[in-house]
Amino acid sequence: MKEPIKKVSIVVSRGSLEGVYPGLIMANGARMEGIEAQLFFTFFGLYAVLEKKMDKLKVATVGNPAMCVPDAMGPGLPTWMGAIPGMSWYATSMMKKEMEKLDIPPVREFIEMIHDAGCEIYGCKATVDMFHLSKKDFCPQVDAVITVGEFYEKSAGAQIIFT
Amino acid sequence: MSELTLARDADGNLANKADWNEEAALMLAKEEGIELLNERRWVVINFMRKVFEEKGDAPSIRRLTKESGINTKELYELFPGGPAKKAAKIAGLPKPKGCI
Repeated sequence: MKEPIKKVSIVVSRGSLEGVYPGLIMANGARMEGIEAQLFFTFFGLYAVLEKKMDKLKVATVGNPAMCVPDAMGPGLPTWMGAIPGMSWYATSMMKKEMEKLDIPPVREFIEMIHDAGCEIYGCKATVDMFHLSKKDFCPQVDAVITVGEFYEKSAGAQIIFT
Repeated sequence: MSELTLARDADGNLANKADWNEEAALMLAKEEGIELLNERRWVVINFMRKVFEEKGDAPSIRRLTKESGINTKELYELFPGGPAKKAAKIAGLPKPKGCI
């Protein structure tokens, strides 16, 4: 029998709504399966745990050739149309509506749920310095701001997943 | 009643919901390493059965924690190592289909 996965260490590096959710769903899913999990937010991914940003994440409608309207089987959204003011807002509200139907919580609630489920949550020190942030800018679920070295230490025995 | 008399599906959950009763629940709980079904665990089990009756699938963890009165932390303490999957099994239901 193959060795089951015991621990995952998930890196979230992007700050768009569609960039953040896969990592959150995987972390939550790991805990649901009894797999130890930790989340590490870096670069714009850090916005998912910033008090002032986490409720305002948007779907990127520009630079995504897979973007179709109104859903995956619809025609592609031309890049210039994606740039029209309000487009990102509209795509975001559509996606949030679909997620609510599937019982996928908004980012803040999801972070709370994942943390309560026993997943540790870390911010990236290099990004914090680069973006001039401090611990007080984060939501309370962030356990610590750590260096990449500490990230590897904490990931001992884990599968590392980069999103 | 012995384990052998109850038909199982591929996941080891009960194949026939009709086979389930309190005694079966306790036996299934022991298989999952839970020795005692206390009042709080019964709240979860009964809620799961109720939602399954209505929807044909076990509730998501989010719905369970919002509506059953058991919060996420407690749920993970009551069913360590995979709450939704374990509670569904003990409740005599198939493995939940949702991702959340």
